[in-house]
Amino acid sequence: MRWILGRIGLFAVTCAVLLAVNRVVTDNIRVDIVSLLVLCGLYATLAVSLNLINGITGQFSIGHAGFYAVGAYVGGAWTMLMRPALEKSLPILHTGTQIGDHLNLLIALVLGTVCAGLTGLLVGLPSLRLRGDYLAIVTLGFGEVIRIVILNTDAVGGPRGFTPITELVNNHGIPLFWVYGLLVVVVLFSRNLLKSAQGLKFLAVREDEIAADAMGVNTTKVKVTAFVIGSAFAGAAGVLYAHCQTGITPDSFDMNTSIIITTMVVLGGTGSISGSLLAGMVLTALPELLRNDFIKEYRMVIFSTLLVVFMLTRPQGIFGHREIALPRFLRRLGKKGESTP
Amino acid sequence: MQEFVQNLIYGVETGAIYALIALGYTMVYGVLRLINFAHGDVYMIGAFVGFFACTQWLPFKDLSQHPEAATLNVLLAIVTLFLAMLICALLGIVIERFAYRPLRNGFRNADAHFWGFVAALPLTAFVGAMTTTKRQGAFLAVGVIVGFALRPAMAYLSKKIKPSSSRLNALITAIGVSLVLENGGINVFGADPKFIPDILPKRQISLLGIEFDSSRVVILIVAAVLMATLRYIVLYTRPGKAMRAISHDIDAAKLMGINTDRVIAFTFALGASLAGAGGFMVAAFTNIKVVPLFGLQPGLKAFVAAVLGGAGNIPGAALGGLIMGVVESLVASKYPQWRDAVAFILLIVILLVRPAGLLGKNTAEKV
Repeated sequence: MRWILGRIGLFAVTCAVLLAVNRVVTDNIRVDIVSLLVLCGLYATLAVSLNLINGITGQFSIGHAGFYAVGAYVGGAWTMLMRPALEKSLPILHTGTQIGDHLNLLIALVLGTVCAGLTGLLVGLPSLRLRGDYLAIVTLGFGEVIRIVILNTDAVGGPRGFTPITELVNNHGIPLFWVYGLLVVVVLFSRNLLKSAQGLKFLAVREDEIAADAMGVNTTKVKVTAFVIGSAFAGAAGVLYAHCQTGITPDSFDMNTSIIITTMVVLGGTGSISGSLLAGMVLTALPELLRNDFIKEYRMVIFSTLLVVFMLTRPQGIFGHREIALPRFLRRLGKKGESTP
Repeated sequence: MQEFVQNLIYGVETGAIYALIALGYTMVYGVLRLINFAHGDVYMIGAFVGFFACTQWLPFKDLSQHPEAATLNVLLAIVTLFLAMLICALLGIVIERFAYRPLRNGFRNADAHFWGFVAALPLTAFVGAMTTTKRQGAFLAVGVIVGFALRPAMAYLSKKIKPSSSRLNALITAIGVSLVLENGGINVFGADPKFIPDILPKRQISLLGIEFDSSRVVILIVAAVLMATLRYIVLYTRPGKAMRAISHDIDAAKLMGINTDRVIAFTFALGASLAGAGGFMVAAFTNIKVVPLFGLQPGLKAFVAAVLGGAGNIPGAALGGLIMGVVESLVASKYPQWRDAVAFILLIVILLVRPAGLLGKNTAEKV
């Protein structure tokens, strides 16, 4: 009982903090910085969710943008096509009020997450029979196929793109709240998974698939589960992306997006949740920060050169398999002076 | 029927180009188990070498004004082909030496020197952009100073870096190199599209009622000759034998006294020169625009073709390229909007049915 109350309290406190931060930030900070913060949060979410597949389960997926796209388009379709149809019979879906906006976004989130998860299942079931580079190229292929299918679907605008509502999110400055709320959920989910007995199975598959199989782990099930969860979270990020941008086009989800997400995971240290989080934020912000007048022409060259140099000089990523966690950090501060074994 | 055959011929020609690029992918994959993502950009460099050779470096004559210069132009085109191959081969060697070898053998002192200077470039660009163009001397001086300052730092770092065997790492490095080439290309060549003028006399060939361009035949013949040469090199020469040995078992090859690093560099040079030849021919004979992202789509499709035929398998890559070209051309003639998807759908289907590719061998997993 106390545990449940504690969790509910924690949830309420997190929500309150996020809402307060959201209010303060949207009221006081420049719009472009806010949208950069939103993007940082989204890419951090994507990186942490891909880390579930690539880092924790040790698979090799480089087509994450496909699931991101599924989420974005399903979320967009709800808000643009389905909600207006349902609005007449269900007045609670009417936008413009706090509750209506949040409720709509919540429904879009649920739909987008479920659809992206199902797509992940569809893609994962056949392709997870493959290993290593072959799996990588098949996921890349699926990502491109998803994009091209969207490109050729007229109902969602085809190549012209799809323009989801902006009034929904811009009225009350909702984006930061939802984006960082999602980020918190993904991070907590990954962390708790790692600490649980289920999570040990994921790690076992990463370390040695054959040995895990011999120990009675259903490796296929574990791999598909990781894939579905990772894609579902990517879908949720996609829904938020669609609602934070003025419009989405299939080009927003091309191969480069997939590759940049993979880069974030590797750069942060495969398997490290905090590493993916940090790398996701830094890699999103870095090209923008380089966008000053002096070097904007060369920013992409600089960015890619730094990437290669970093990969060569620190192959294990920023953190390797390790995490930065607040409790341990505090403990280490307390232990200062003692010799650590 | 006539249209079908025409599309088939276009498909074979596209497929020949895919095969040329795919061979480079598959050879590198064979010896290193590395997806060399930068390979498509080497193809792009081949096209740009062709462009500069045809417009600036070599005395090509405009055929509409000097029709008698056809022979000269053909000779110069051959020179350009070899030039593109040579420059791309050198580029391939440089990429292997400074990006993939440090990953494989550990970051050595020599790499620290190179990358110290490369890392100094952005800093120099930063300073240089702040000064006016008149002070390029200061710009250079700062670059040299920063480069020298970074060298010991990198060298110090290099002592602590262990070689990495992670596949993801190699992949990201390859992607990084590809991004460097693409974005560097945008800075150096400019993003505006460039076209190679018609350098060879064009003729419509009519065979059994089917019409096609003579230039497409040229592409096919040159590609076939190059592939035959490659087959000869791989099967009947000592470096080729060494390549096959490394692809079989790199550690055993080392123990047999093969200088693996040199042979791997040779492999990169071979693959890159084929891609360079392909890039030049496509740019020169199909009136396609040459931009820094020229190699992105063909590179990706060629890689898919390599996997289709069985990664690491040389005849497989050629076969995969041809199949890919033909299928793509046939589908594109009916449903042009699915042109880019068909490659991946084909790949997914084949890999799910035959996970090792068409000609690849299924290897049992050992414990």
